[in-house]
Amino acid sequence: MSVLKRLGYLLGLPLLLIAIWYVLTIDSDSFFVVDPVTLAQTFVDTWVGERFWNDVAPSLVRLAVGLFFAIGLGIGLGLLIGSFRWLRSMTEPVLEFLRAIPPPVLVPILMILVGINDQMKVLVIISGSIWPVLLNTVEGVRSVDDVLLDTGRVYRITGWLRITRLVLPAASPQIMAGIRQALSIGLILMVISEMFASSSGLGFTIVQFQRAFAVPEMWSGVAVLGLIGLALAFIFQFVERRVLRWYHGLREVDHAG
Amino acid sequence: MARRGGRASRLTQLPSGVLGLAGVLAFLLVWEAIPRLGLADPEYLPPASEVLQIFFRNLGLTSFWEAVGHTMLGWALGLAIASTAAVVLGLVIGSSSFLRQATHSTIEFLRPIPSVALIPLAVLLFGVSLRSTLLLVVYASFWQVLIQMLYGVADVDTVADNTARSYGLGRLARIRYVVWPTAMPYLMTGLRLGAAVALILAVTSELVIGVPGLGHEIALAQSGGATTAMYALVLATGLIGVAINMGMRLVERRVLAWHPSVRGEVHA
Repeated sequence: MSVLKRLGYLLGLPLLLIAIWYVLTIDSDSFFVVDPVTLAQTFVDTWVGERFWNDVAPSLVRLAVGLFFAIGLGIGLGLLIGSFRWLRSMTEPVLEFLRAIPPPVLVPILMILVGINDQMKVLVIISGSIWPVLLNTVEGVRSVDDVLLDTGRVYRITGWLRITRLVLPAASPQIMAGIRQALSIGLILMVISEMFASSSGLGFTIVQFQRAFAVPEMWSGVAVLGLIGLALAFIFQFVERRVLRWYHGLREVDHAG
Repeated sequence: MARRGGRASRLTQLPSGVLGLAGVLAFLLVWEAIPRLGLADPEYLPPASEVLQIFFRNLGLTSFWEAVGHTMLGWALGLAIASTAAVVLGLVIGSSSFLRQATHSTIEFLRPIPSVALIPLAVLLFGVSLRSTLLLVVYASFWQVLIQMLYGVADVDTVADNTARSYGLGRLARIRYVVWPTAMPYLMTGLRLGAAVALILAVTSELVIGVPGLGHEIALAQSGGATTAMYALVLATGLIGVAINMGMRLVERRVLAWHPSVRGEVHA
């Protein structure tokens, strides 16, 4: 496919949609709708500069810290639980229950237990996004190929080496699928924890705009959240390609066969 | 499992149901013990027995079931709207290679936008009403179903499709007899994921916006200092979540009873 054609596919529909949006809002005086030009201008005026450092950056740091711990703890505990069959059967119902709790209801609980501060927000992110990682790791460790495990045993590959070279790589496709879910839940919780109880941060600022009926600013905040979501998806895809390169290669060979 | 010696192997011989029950009991026991031993303030973390007591008392209250009804209504309506739209769009986009390529970038751009970003918009447009919940629920679960649907339609076996063509099956008949069965397992996965996300968003809109339902009750209990009642409500939302997950898995198994993945499971 030529470069031009690919570019057409990539940008065609978005440009068309923006054009329609522009035409429809050209002489609309609806209060809730903004035209693309105003939105772009407000976006730059509102978010570039001081507010980025005061409201966006702290939110992002909390998100990063929360996700870091959620992924680390999720994989660690998942390895432990997944390695013992009795531990797995014992913890399964409780884990299923904890995972099924809609994470946002943890916000009021942690507000009471921890108070309203940064730790609370990080804990909310951890306690919501740990479950997909944990449960997927358990499932991934459980379904490691028996032949691989036996071969490892024959070669006396044990302990740390066995985990890092055998179990973790074998479980990594499942783990990555869990991390993908964790990222989007983490982002949702970052916003909610700030909307519910905060005096700073992205979620708080957007609600503030909405309460002040500053509609273009509110829309620009929605756009910021969209861009963060997009950036996370890109980072994830990049990392996943690297981590699972062997796996995608294997699948391609399988499909070709 | 004989190769794992010692206590572990004796434990493995217990049926997993018994072990699971033991796990639940241990969880409740630890929860009971932490506030009783003074490791946490009972004001903030009431013991399990008190929470369970309120939880069971709730089961006899009309107001509790009304709140559950509100939450479930938003969940079910939102999921139904989102999946209908996603199935139709998925079939249309998926069956044309041009549309698939042309919409790819737009879908990948819109999908990661967290649906909570729409909360302020929902408040401005609809205020405290079911429509706010629907906006969030539909947006969140739509993408889950659509993506799976697109994967499913793309997975159609070319040989099967060509066979159907040479037997003179028309476009609609091919969708019915070739595309639909292929996409079915994917659709069920999408519905299962979408159902879980829909519950999260339904509760969120109640919690943050104040739409009536369990989430709103939780917010009220929290701001009113009724900690134990709040824990009981959270317990209820968790159980609803478990029920939804189990229900969707059951439906999946029923609907896909003919599919090799499920048939294999039954035999194994």
